Formats: sequence, C-alpha cells, structure tokens
Amino acid sequence: MALLDVKNLSISFGGLRAVDSFELTIEQGELYGLIGPNGAGKTTVFNLLTGVYKPTEGIILLDGKNITGHKTAQINHEGIARTFQNIRLFKDMSVLDNVKAGLHQHYKYSTASGIFRLPGYYRMEKKMNERAMELLSVFELNKEADYLASNLPYGKQRKLEIARALATEPKLLLLDEPAAGMNPNETQELMDTIRFVRKEFGMTILLIEHDMKLVSGICEKLTVLNFGRILTQGETSAVLKDKEVIAAYLGE
Amino acid sequence: MWKKLSKGTRKNTVTYLLVIVTYLVMSILQSGGHLSNLISGMLVLLCVYAIMAVSLNLTVGVLGELSLGHAGFMCVGAFSSALFTQLTVSTEMNANVRFFFAIVIGIVTAAVFGFMIGIPVLRLKGDYLAIVTLAFGEIIKNLCNVLFLGKDSSGIHVSMKDTMSLGMGADGVVIINGPQGITRTPKQATFLIGMLILLISLIIVLNLINSRTGRAIMSIRDNRIAAESVGINVTKYKLLAFTVSAAIAGAAGALYAHNTSSLMATSAKFGYNMSIMFLVFVVLGGIGNMRGGVIAAVLLTVLPEVLRFAEDKRMLIYAIVLILAMLWNWAPAARTFREKYGIRRILAARTGRKVIGSEGINASESGKQKEEEM
Amino acid sequence: MRFLTSFINGISLGSVYAIIALGYTMVYGIAKMLNFAHGDVIMVGAYAAFVMLNQIGLPVYVAIPVSMVVCTVLGLIIERFAYRPLRKAASPLAVLITAIGVSYLLQNLALLIFGANTRSFSSVVHLKSLRLFDGRIIITGEMIVNAVVCIVIMTGLTLFVNKTKQGQAMRAVSEDKGAAQLMGINANGTIALTFAIGAALAAVAGVLMCSSYPALTPYTGAMPGIKAFVAAVFGGIGSIPGAFIGGILLGVIEVLGKSYISSQLGDAIVFSVLIIVLLVKPTGILGKNIQEKV
Repeated sequence: MALLDVKNLSISFGGLRAVDSFELTIEQGELYGLIGPNGAGKTTVFNLLTGVYKPTEGIILLDGKNITGHKTAQINHEGIARTFQNIRLFKDMSVLDNVKAGLHQHYKYSTASGIFRLPGYYRMEKKMNERAMELLSVFELNKEADYLASNLPYGKQRKLEIARALATEPKLLLLDEPAAGMNPNETQELMDTIRFVRKEFGMTILLIEHDMKLVSGICEKLTVLNFGRILTQGETSAVLKDKEVIAAYLGE
Repeated sequence: MWKKLSKGTRKNTVTYLLVIVTYLVMSILQSGGHLSNLISGMLVLLCVYAIMAVSLNLTVGVLGELSLGHAGFMCVGAFSSALFTQLTVSTEMNANVRFFFAIVIGIVTAAVFGFMIGIPVLRLKGDYLAIVTLAFGEIIKNLCNVLFLGKDSSGIHVSMKDTMSLGMGADGVVIINGPQGITRTPKQATFLIGMLILLISLIIVLNLINSRTGRAIMSIRDNRIAAESVGINVTKYKLLAFTVSAAIAGAAGALYAHNTSSLMATSAKFGYNMSIMFLVFVVLGGIGNMRGGVIAAVLLTVLPEVLRFAEDKRMLIYAIVLILAMLWNWAPAARTFREKYGIRRILAARTGRKVIGSEGINASESGKQKEEEM
Repeated sequence: MRFLTSFINGISLGSVYAIIALGYTMVYGIAKMLNFAHGDVIMVGAYAAFVMLNQIGLPVYVAIPVSMVVCTVLGLIIERFAYRPLRKAASPLAVLITAIGVSYLLQNLALLIFGANTRSFSSVVHLKSLRLFDGRIIITGEMIVNAVVCIVIMTGLTLFVNKTKQGQAMRAVSEDKGAAQLMGINANGTIALTFAIGAALAAVAGVLMCSSYPALTPYTGAMPGIKAFVAAVFGGIGSIPGAFIGGILLGVIEVLGKSYISSQLGDAIVFSVLIIVLLVKPTGILGKNIQEKV
C-alpha cells in the first residue's frame, strides 16, 4: 500500500479551478518532486494535503486512512508535516523552543504540571531538551539553540523549519521550495541534508522546487503541474526529457 | 548554584524576590509608622493594578491579542466575590475562610466569563478582536449598573428594573442596588493578601510561559498557520490563555471589592478607560515582560500621587509617554537607530566582545521587547 | 407615535454616526488601521467651533470651515508623526496602541485647555422645526440638517473615490499598497489625503453632533467615535455606502433600544449589535471577504 494516495483532487476559488483532478501516489521512503511554473498550483496542493484548504472534490489517503477535509493540526497528528515557501518560524521564540513546539504532540504533560512544576514537568522537559538538541545537531544548529529564531541567517532559518517539522515525527514531510534564496553552495549542502534526513529518519519526502539541479539530483520521481493540471508524472529522468515539460516549464 | 540555573529561571527568581522584598520593606516601614497615610491607603490598590498588569500581559504579550475589556473581567470578579461575601456575612462562617472563598468565587466567575467570551472573540483577529473585547467590557459594566439583587427569608430576588420590582418581603435586604452597586462589603483585603495573590499570579504566568502549554500559546502568537502545521490546537490554547488571564483579573477584582466600601460599576472604575490604563502599564513595562508591567503599574500609580504634580496632567503625561514608547520600541526607523547607537553595541565594541546573534542584532534588542526594557 | 418619534430621533443620531463612520471607513480601508483617536478629532472640531462661535462670536460660515481646517491640520500631524513611522512595524498592535495614546493625548490636552466643565454648545442650525400630527411629532431643524449633510457627504465621497484621480489612487492603495507604489502612486501622500478628508469630516460631525446634543466635554468624542467604528464594521469596513447604512441602522437601533428595552442599556445594545454582526457576518453588510495567503 502506498504511503500517500491522492485521487482526483480539485479545488476551485470562485470559479477558477486552481487544482484540477490531481493524482499522486507516493511509496514509503520515496523522495518525490512536485515541479511546474509559477502559479501552477503546487503550493495549493500542499495546502490541500495539509488541510489549510478543503478540497472541492477528491480524496487523500495517508497510509490507507482517509484524511480528506481534516483540520491542519489533526492532519499533522496523522503524520504529515511541512515547511513553508515564505518561512514561517516562531520568530520571537528561541531556536530550541521552535523545535520543542514541534515536539508538542509526542512529548506530553498537563498544563497543571507545567504551572505547578510537578515531577512530570521536569521529566518530560528533560526528554524534550535532549530530543530537540539531537534534531538541532542534525542541522548543525545546536550552537544557536538559545538565539531568537528571527536572528538566524536565512539558510539556517530554512533548516530550522525542517527540524521543527521533523520534531512532529511525521510519516510524510512536505518541503515547499527548500532551496529558495540559497546560493549554489548552500543548495548543495541542503541536498546532502535532505538525503541524510531521508536515510536517518527513513522519511518519505515530497518537495516543491524550482532549482532543477536539486530536483534532478535527489528526486526519484516527479509530477509536473501546469495551470492546475498534471502535465506528466513518472521517473525523474524520463519526465525531464518529456517535450511537453520542456516546452511548458523551461519555456522553450 | 545561582550560575547553574538557566537565564530564564534566574530572571523569574529575581522577580519573585523583588515582590517579597518589597512586601517586607513596606511592612517594616508601615509598622514603624514611616509610611504616609497616602501610601498606606494605596497599598492594596497597587496590588490590584499590578495583578491586572500581569493578567493583561498574559493576553497581550504572550497570547499576542489586544484586549480592551480586561476591566470587565475585573468587574465580574469584584461583583461576584462581593455578592458572595454579602450573602454569607450573616452566617457562622469564619471571616477569613469566607474571604478565601470570596476570592475563589471571583476567580472562577471571571474565568467562566473569560471562557464564554473567549469562544466567539478569539475567532476574530487584531483590531476586531480589540474592539469586541472593549464591547464585552462595556456590556458587563452596563449590565452591572441595571442589576438589582436582594435577599429575604424566601430567598434571592433579581431584577433589571429597580428595587421595588424585587418584590421582597419586609425582612428583605437589597444587596446589589443598580448604579449604587454593593455597599458596606467588609474591608478584608490586606497588603499581605494582595502581595500573595500578586506573587501567585506571577508564578502561575511565568511557569506557564516556560512550559509546553506556554510554548504552544506563543507559537500561535508568532505564527498561527505554522503552529497548526506542527499539530497545535489553536482554539484550545488561545482559550486557555484567555481564560487564565480572565481568572487572574477576577482575583484582582475580588481584592478590589474587599478594599472599598462602595463597589460601583462606573466608567471611571470599570470602563474601557481603565482597560486602557492597564494596557499602558503593560506597554510601558515592555510587552510580554511580567516584571516590567508590575513595576510600571506601581510607578505610574504612585509617582503622580507622591510627587503631587497636578492630577489633571497625569493622564496627559501617560499619553505622551505611551506614544513615545511605542514609537521608540516599534518604529523601524527607531530600531535602526538603536541598532547603530545602542548602548549594548557600543559597550560590546569597546570591550571587543562579540555581540550575540550572528547577524549583528543583539538577541534581546530585536523582536518583541522581551525582558530588557525597564 | 412613540415608535415614529424614536425612529426619527434614531435617523438623526444615525446620520451623525454615519458622518463619523464615513471618516473611519475611509481611513481603515486605506491605511488599514483603526484610528482610535478619530472620535477625539471630532471633539477638537467641536471645541474649535465653540471657541469661534460662542467666545469670539464669528459667524457660522467662518467657524465651520476654520474648524475643518483645524481638524485637517491636526489629522495630518497625527498621521505624519504618530502613525506613519509605525506603518511598517512588525506588530499590528503597535499602531493601534499608539492611536489609543493619541486619543488620550487629545482628551487630556482639551482637559487642560478647556477644563472638565461641560460647555453648552449653541446650535449652528437656525431652521424652524417641522410639526407633524398636530405637533405630536417634532422634527427639529438639526435633524433635517444632519440627514441632508450626511447624504451630501456620502454622495460627494462616492463621486470623489470613483471619479477623480486621487480617488482612484486611494482605491489602488487600498487594494495593494506595494503594487500601487510601483505604478507611481505616492502611497504616503494618498494615505495623508485620506486622513485629511477624514479629519475634515470629523469637524463637520463634531459641529452637527454638538448642535443636536449640546453638551461638550473633552470626552464628548470618545464614545461616538467607538460607536461610529461599530457602524463602519456593521456596514462593512472600507465601504462608503456601508458606513452610511451602518450608521443609520445603528442610530435607529440605539434609540429604539433605549426607548423600548432600557434607557441605561443603550450602549450595551449597540455593542451587542457589533458582536452579533462580527460573529454572523464578519465582513459586515457590504464588506468584501479577504483570506490570508499561505
């Protein structure tokens, strides 16, 4: 059974069909790319998958479970985590606390133990700190744990967003243009990190990206969107040779 | 030992010590007869305002929503606790036990109001949320003004019209008398109890902030959509913060009610102007900075009284200081200026120490004015 | 009869709310900020007119334009020095809190200059009252003037926004400030112009309000200002006809409520309307729906 199975997914905004009959199957452990020109509806697909928008039609199955129309927080509990195209960190919180906020669902103690500092608080906070530091070290952010998130340089902010998403222990990780605004060196480093995350966490990853070098370098399969519809999907090498894709996407 | 504690814990401990030391110093001064009548008479009120600053700071600084109706929650706490005291004053109950329950009733009633009002209000955002909290505050004040309640041998009578329509027997006693409110509540609130409630409020709020729940609340403040994306139930935590904030305001109200011989829901005492005054404390103390808010509440209440500079100019000065503080703390131009010429930066340059925060912005100087102000 | 009397009183009060709400809605629609001090500009306008009419003895046709100028200048100063520096501030609360500060500043300046005493404002309207049904219903000159001025202002503003170049610039800035600037529109200038218009309207509203309800104190403007905001929200913030409809409806609801439910609960009724509107239709009667982009 596929990890993610999307069938006939569509959404309309006031008559405009932003995403039309979208289909997607991702197997456990795959690194999958979603590409297409600006305005093709890629981020809208992410918003549909994470429940930010409710689809007009279609179903989304995660691990065989129907999650269509669930709320964003609920969908995260069910196993999808994401990053955002325009970085959305908790900017007035420390780097460490950003990740600890991500641990919210899996490291629990009651509000009362927090307020009255019951033993549960100390026990769980210790575990949370350890886990958060572990995640931060994966992204080489452990030295900056006490910084305010907004004080991190851009590239590290993107990494912190990924660390925060991983903290929620997802089955599927959605990355929205992770390399946006990075220079070639940083992109190279990011590719290594993504590979590492996939290996280390056994993570299934779906990413939106414009950087063709990154896409062709790490994605095994691709889906190409254009004007809300699927242009083509399949193995990366085959898709990138497709004439239609070259015409639509690379602007030939 | 001290060095081992985290920076946050140390800061909180200083705050608690400050409250305790202030209490001790003032008590010693008072017992030695060194306090003027003016100050002695203000001590409980100062606690009330300081607690309100903590309460509102939880909503504004931690939850990140602007409430202009906190005086309403205080009003609910005041009336419900005073009502309880009046209803039980003739019973056998020990006076101190009764006062304790009165405070609990004030807290619980205000929390219930906070919860009920929070459900609709917290769906709104920004300006709309602010104006609707103002609306609720005014409605509460208005309703208190038309509420009549009396007690006789057959039980409790309520009316929204006048004392006559209560229809009480000959032995009836009016407890809430419309615009005249509740009179002759025993003045049981003391400086000690006030400081205790303040200390407990501070402990609750500061512990809350540094916990899983607090992180959830602050993550919603910083970015609601991202908070949802990491599985945080936005409605739940917003409501929780708002309810706790209202409950603390209720405690302040209960304290207030037992410090005045006539409790009336006038605009001067529970209107939106009062809510705005609490907001001034919070803003000047540094939004999100609990200690700062408490200090601001005390200074802004005591200074004008003590220095005797004309009462009528006090609000004018508040207004000017409020505007300047906002501009200084929030205007992008002022920020740039501070980053260039900030004292910390100059010191750092002189001692050759690296400024924390890799982009050259000191962590504590950017973002929300966290702790360093005041 | 009682209903009709209340209804007419409500329209008169509503006209005043509508004029204030028109200023509010323009500023909110374009600068995207709740100008909490708008009500206090009304108070300043009323005091300016009061000084000229009752203390200096200038004629009405001088006093009103001059108080409009006073308010316009005041509006521009407030915008330039208190609001503009915060336009790009990280938190939207910053400018709102500052506006509250400005509101307090104006009230307390007025308190210092004019004292807390209630001044009795003599009406600027010298029309005969209309007597209907053998004098059982009286429509005062003030009521007629309020309604007429309100309609004139609304029509004028609608034409201005739709037909003139500055009006187009306003709509553009309201839609998308960044894009408008790229098209060569001076966004700061446009916002300042909006504040100027709003403040001038506030002066008119102040004079009319104090003509109908002659008690003038430093706090006269605060509550009507807040209620006018309620009216603007009711009608759909940013919409000129919305502010008009919202203002009239709110005035009628308030007076009918005071007359039939409880005279002490007038404010509570108005605020309940606000809460209900925001919960049922947050965008108001004629408002547009805006969704946050992810």
